[in-house]
Amino acid sequence: MTGVRVLVGTRKGAFILTSDGKRQKWDVSGPHFAGWNVYHMKGSPADPNRIYAAQQVGWFGQFIQRSDDGGKTWSLPGGEKPPVLGPPGPVSNKFVYDTSAGTGKPLTTHMYFDGKPNPWVFERVWHLEPSLADPDTVYAGVEDAALFRSTDGGKSWQELSGLRGHPTATAWAPGAGGMGLHTIVLDQKNKGRMFIAISSAGVFRSDDAGKTWKPMNKGLKSEYIPDPNAEVGHCVHRIAMHPSRPNVLFMQKHWDVMRTDNAGESWHEISGNLPTDFGFVIDVHAHQPETVYVVPIKSDSEHFPPDGKLRVYRSKTGGNEWEALTKGLPQKDCYVNVLRDAMAVDSLDSCGVYFGTTGGQVYASADSGDSWTPIVRDLPAVVSVEVQTLP
Amino acid sequence: MIRVVLPLHLRRLAQVEGEVKLEVKGQVTQRSVLDALEARYPALRGAVRDHITQQRRPLVRFFACKEDLSNEPLDAPLPDAVASGAEPYLVIGAIAGG
Repeated sequence: MTGVRVLVGTRKGAFILTSDGKRQKWDVSGPHFAGWNVYHMKGSPADPNRIYAAQQVGWFGQFIQRSDDGGKTWSLPGGEKPPVLGPPGPVSNKFVYDTSAGTGKPLTTHMYFDGKPNPWVFERVWHLEPSLADPDTVYAGVEDAALFRSTDGGKSWQELSGLRGHPTATAWAPGAGGMGLHTIVLDQKNKGRMFIAISSAGVFRSDDAGKTWKPMNKGLKSEYIPDPNAEVGHCVHRIAMHPSRPNVLFMQKHWDVMRTDNAGESWHEISGNLPTDFGFVIDVHAHQPETVYVVPIKSDSEHFPPDGKLRVYRSKTGGNEWEALTKGLPQKDCYVNVLRDAMAVDSLDSCGVYFGTTGGQVYASADSGDSWTPIVRDLPAVVSVEVQTLP
Repeated sequence: MIRVVLPLHLRRLAQVEGEVKLEVKGQVTQRSVLDALEARYPALRGAVRDHITQQRRPLVRFFACKEDLSNEPLDAPLPDAVASGAEPYLVIGAIAGG
């Protein structure tokens, strides 16, 4: 392994942080897409030079950018200037919900804050998940919640409408941040199996590559839902899986840190001794499937760390027993947030852990969380962090 | 040639600097200018007008000859000064925020 590339999405552009395997000295490039909201960037596991980025701004909407050289240059798939004018082809920013007679019939409305049905309106892309095997195939989780897939490198997008066609979809409702499909987890071992999470509908699993879906929310308890067996309605913030053990998933819910050992069939709480079990991020150590990381946030009313101390909590026992990791992190007067897509791990021998804050810091640990160093301190608010371990 | 002034974000998407010059066939209207703009620069499709409805995006405005044309009929002829290239057609990101 020769190094790492950290992909950082912020409220005002994207940044790429690179280092060798020691992870002591960093080069910073950016801002890419200056002035745009970059909700997410992620590299292809099949080709590390292929990176996808979601840029969005209120005036001009959503675009998907693609790099084929590790982030040095970018292009809008389908947006190339044509040598000869002709009929318009596909372009990377066209996300159209399926309204076809065959599959689109039930896809009419979801629930709104006022309890009334609301039509689905595309707002933005929250998350991009490249295929594990094909660099040209990439999934996009969007708001209003739906799953799209491109098989031509981001040039054209088709909705996997079986998700929105689930009978519970008319009852899905937005969380405070919108009704976003924010998490996509692909199972490396079970072909065709994938998990997604929606705020605030919950977790869904497909075993047929996204054609049909099943809610996987048994065991989740949310104070605002009177029915203890509610199939949907849970505000799941993030789920994470170790690729070697796909039946075990960890979840940071709005409140509660949860775990499943049967691929989502049932969940149980593992919050244990955390100072608060509210938070957004959760991730798993690259080499130790029972080692899990969270960043506790005080509450849903106060989105900052308890007591002004920024602490990552690590469990080496798969939950319940947590230790505070503080070395190198501010332990007073710190009132930033760490958003749901803003933590990632590398797969070097000594696992690196990274997270970004709404205060513009990106912290790195080259020793599995024992100690931390800021790579950068003054970026725009960080929305997402992903890591590529480079061969 | 029709001159079109784009805001910074759209110039970067289209990878152009300065004004864009377009050849527009037939009557010069807002629709024919926008059609020509999107045909020449496909990266701008969906950024000015919605892909499906073809409606102006809410925070995009159109100006020419010191007049706000944002809510004028798209098929109405643009002023002669725009059609002759003496004056540009301006696509503007609305001043929004606080």
